[in-house]
Amino acid sequence: MIKIAGLSRTFRGKSGTVEALRDINLDVADGEFLAVIGRSGCGKSTLLRIIAGLIPPSQGEVLVAGDRVARPRRDVAMVFQRPALLPWRSVRENVMLPVEIFRWQRAKHRDHVQRLLEMTGLESFADRLPHELSGGMQQRVSLCRALIQRPKVLLMDEPFSALDALTREELAVELQRIHMELGTTVVFVTHSIQEAVLLADRVAVLSARPGRLRELVDIAIPRPRTFGHNAHMEEVAAASAELHQLLLGDHLPQVATAG
Amino acid sequence: MTDKTTDAGPRRLWFNAGLPTLGVALALGIWWLIIIAFGIDSFWLPAPPDVLEAFQRLPGHLIEQAGVTLMTTTVGFAIGAVGGAAVAVLFAASRTIERMTMPLIAAVNAVPKAALAPLLIVWIGLNTQAKIVMVVLLCFFPVLVSTMAGLTSVPNDLREVAHSLSASWWQTFLKIRMAWALPQIFVGLKVASSLAIIGAVIAELTNPERGLGSVVVSSSQSADTPLAFAALTLLALMGAGLFYLVTALERLLVPWARAISS
Repeated sequence: MIKIAGLSRTFRGKSGTVEALRDINLDVADGEFLAVIGRSGCGKSTLLRIIAGLIPPSQGEVLVAGDRVARPRRDVAMVFQRPALLPWRSVRENVMLPVEIFRWQRAKHRDHVQRLLEMTGLESFADRLPHELSGGMQQRVSLCRALIQRPKVLLMDEPFSALDALTREELAVELQRIHMELGTTVVFVTHSIQEAVLLADRVAVLSARPGRLRELVDIAIPRPRTFGHNAHMEEVAAASAELHQLLLGDHLPQVATAG
Repeated sequence: MTDKTTDAGPRRLWFNAGLPTLGVALALGIWWLIIIAFGIDSFWLPAPPDVLEAFQRLPGHLIEQAGVTLMTTTVGFAIGAVGGAAVAVLFAASRTIERMTMPLIAAVNAVPKAALAPLLIVWIGLNTQAKIVMVVLLCFFPVLVSTMAGLTSVPNDLREVAHSLSASWWQTFLKIRMAWALPQIFVGLKVASSLAIIGAVIAELTNPERGLGSVVVSSSQSADTPLAFAALTLLALMGAGLFYLVTALERLLVPWARAISS
C-alpha cells in the first residue's frame, strides 16, 4: 500500500541545516498496522508528514497505492497530536468537515457519520460542542473526522500523547478494535513502546539525528491484544524488551566512541 | 444539589441585574451627597433631581434630539463596521494591497478626527452626511485592525487540518478563518460602538443644528447646566445601550468563544 524509497529530508533553518531523515526504505502492506517509534526529534513526525503529502521530501519518493505522493490525497487521512476541532461546530458537523471540503453530498454521508459516532461511543454527544467534551472524546471525534474520508491509509501522529494514562490505554484498545473491523492500513507514530506492542504488526524503530531506519521488529502476537494480564505475557515482554534495547542502544555507541 | 438549582435563577438575576443597579444607585447617591455636603450650586454641578427636572421641562425635544444623534451614530457605526471588516478581508486576500495601503490608512487614523470635523463641513456640507462620515472615520479603524488580527491568528493545527484536506483558499477562509476571527471582530465592534457616539457628538458640536451635541452647546450658552447634564445622561445611556447590544449579539453568535478562552 505504501512504498517508501530512498527518502531523505533536510531542513534549512536560521541556525544551519538539519538532516531530519536519511535514506529511509520501507514498505507497508495492505491492511498492515505499522508503528513508528523513536526518541523525540528523530524525524518520525516528518516521515508522517511526507507520506501525507504535507511536505515534500528532499530526496527519494513515497508511493501510496502505486502513485507518487506530491500533495495530500483524499484516500489518506491524518489524525494529529491535538484534536484540532473547530470550536464552533458540533461533533457531528466537525466530522462532516471533510465531506464539505471535498464537495461531496452531505446527505449521502449522514449515515456514515452516525455509524462512526456509534463505533466510537459518541452518538449521544453528536450535537455537543468540542469544549463540552473531555480530551479523549475530542480525539475520538478527530478519528471519526479522518475515517469519514473512507481512507485507504490512516496516518496518526502521536494521537494519544496529550491524554492521561488511562484514557490512552482505553483509546489504544479502541483503535485496535476499529483497525480489526475496517482493515485500514495504519501508520502510527508514537514514543510509547506499550502502545506499539499493543497495536502494531511491525514496529519501525528510528534512530535520532539523522533519522534512519534502525530496525523493523515483527510483533507476532495474535489479536485482540490487551494491556495487563493476558495469555501472551511472555511475547509481550520479549517484544517490549527488544524495543527498549533498540531505543536505548541508539545512544550507547555514540557515548562509547566519544569516551 | 437541589438547593443549588433552585438558587441559580435568583442568584443569577442578582448578579447580572441587581449588582449593576446597586452600583449605579450608589454612584448617584455619592454624587448627590457631595453636592449637599459642599453646597455646590447647580450652575456648577447639578444634583440628580435638577437633571431630572431639566429632562421633564423638555422631554419631547430631548428625545427628538436623542433620536437624531442615535440615527447618525448607528448608521455611521454600521457603515464603518462593514467597511472595516470588508477591507480586512481584502487585505487578508492580497498581501500586495495590504502592504501598499496599510501605511496610508494608519497615517489617516493617526490624524485627530476632531480636527477633521470643520473640513468635513467644507467638503460635504452642513448636513447629516458630514456627521455620518465623522462616525464612519472613527469606527472603521478598530474594526479593520481587530478583523485582521482575528483572520491571521488561526492556530497552526487548524491550518494543518485544512492543508491535509487540500481545502482551497476560499474554503479555508469561509469555513475556518472567518469563524475563528469572530470573537476578535467583536472586540473591535465594542471599541467602535463607544467611538461612534463620540464621533456623532464631535460632529454635532462643530455644526450644532440638531442632535444632543447641539443641546449641550445651546444649554451651556444659556448657562442651563442641568439641561446639558440631561443631554449627557442620554448620551451615556445610548452608549451603554449600544455596547450591551453588541455584547448580546456576541453571546448569540459566538457562544463558544467564552468557553474556550476561559
